[in-house]
Amino acid sequence: MEDPLSGGFADAPVQAARAFRAALEAMARPGRMQRLAGATPPAPLSVAAGTLLLTLVDDTTPLYLAPGHQGAALRDWIAFHCAAPLCAPEEAVFALGRWEGLPLERFRLGTPEYPDRSVTLIVEPPALAPQNAQLSGPGIATVQAAQLPETAAFEANRARFPLGFDAFFCAGDQAFALPRSTRVEAL
Amino acid sequence: MTEAYSFAYLDESTKRMIRRTLLKALAVPGYQVPFASREMPMPYGWGTGGVQVTAACLVPEDVLKVIDQGADDTTNAVSIRRFFQRTAGVAVTEHTTEASLIQTRHRIPEAPLKEGQILIYQVPIPEPLRFLEPRESETRKMHALEEYGLMHVKLYEDIARHGAIATSYGYPVKVEGRYVMDPSPIPKFDNPKLSGNPAIQLFGAGRESRIHALPPYTRVVNLDFEDHPFEPTKADAACDLCGATTSYLDEVIMDDAGGRMFCCSDTDFCATRRAAGHAGRLAPGGEAA
Ligand SMILES: [Zn+2]
Repeated sequence: MEDPLSGGFADAPVQAARAFRAALEAMARPGRMQRLAGATPPAPLSVAAGTLLLTLVDDTTPLYLAPGHQGAALRDWIAFHCAAPLCAPEEAVFALGRWEGLPLERFRLGTPEYPDRSVTLIVEPPALAPQNAQLSGPGIATVQAAQLPETAAFEANRARFPLGFDAFFCAGDQAFALPRSTRVEAL
Repeated sequence: MTEAYSFAYLDESTKRMIRRTLLKALAVPGYQVPFASREMPMPYGWGTGGVQVTAACLVPEDVLKVIDQGADDTTNAVSIRRFFQRTAGVAVTEHTTEASLIQTRHRIPEAPLKEGQILIYQVPIPEPLRFLEPRESETRKMHALEEYGLMHVKLYEDIARHGAIATSYGYPVKVEGRYVMDPSPIPKFDNPKLSGNPAIQLFGAGRESRIHALPPYTRVVNLDFEDHPFEPTKADAACDLCGATTSYLDEVIMDDAGGRMFCCSDTDFCATRRAAGHAGRLAPGGEAA
């Protein structure tokens, strides 16, 4: 399993299409869990996070790896399967790691004229339960419960709208998303 | 990382680029995200923006419906449907309720959409401020600063001149209290269906290289005035084929003598009603009055 050549998509066009569809549903329905599978990345990466990397990240999207996600096996796997240049937080289009390892104040949040030029975080929390936050906003009919590593950072992120970061939270082969448009309240 | 064949025509790196654009479009509802639009094997007027978004979203399990002004059987709709049957091997349908992904030009289906469905619009001009300000650099600033006063002035001038807002297609909306958005040239009759819709709505403009989106249940408000509220108008008639009084109608000239009829613009909606036994004024075997 330490072979960096293994663990990619066996059938890239179709597996990437299915994974993207789950990612699209996730971003469209904040807090709602989706299955994201197909990749078998090396530790400590989850299946869902590895699948997101294979689906969205490539040589045009600089990637920041947080401490804890900088091991040689993972870097080799990313180099082979995504070819993403590794970079500092300030240049990152994607950032991968545990919540505590992500320097939020250093990421790009977009500009008033181009709010899309902002980082997407791929976060690996230890677990996606129990739920500690209540979400509302676009994509949510009434309210949606979610498990977040904290709520203050997401309240601040919403307050900056339309600037801000967007995030995927991954554990095992499950993931949910939290776009900047979501209002977050502590439960 | 072998990418020997392509699924849904586009190569994998192009699809990744469009997919990243779609996610940002969902994260900032109503904001137009630039993307590197590609040449497609069809003319621009045929909705290459919608086609690229559809190609980036399709999975083999999809059931695809394509409509052009409500109809499944126009040349444009048939060509796009065949294109994805051939390049993605997906199943196709004409029934709104059976489709998982619907590509549309200028209509929202009459049958309510549900969770799990995606509606993809072909968009000619995505910029609602374009007719006020032709320069992209300026419209971008106007959106950044929420400078939408001129838009209201334009609509109000309509009222002064015509006694009502004259815009009947592509009626501008405000998304979640932030971005003013062009819903593509749908009749304003369809505008109420934009808001609070359980389906994902994606808008692709090929020539203009922009994608925008409405996540499900997004609040979409029509720009209007207290003394001249928005009205979703349609022809004041019933469908001559199925008798429907609530659907959007096309007026069809029948003969040189100026004979005319009204029929549902949504051909699937009309056919489904007729199959269920509803009949309009001119339906074969229907009531004659
Ligand atoms: Zn009818």
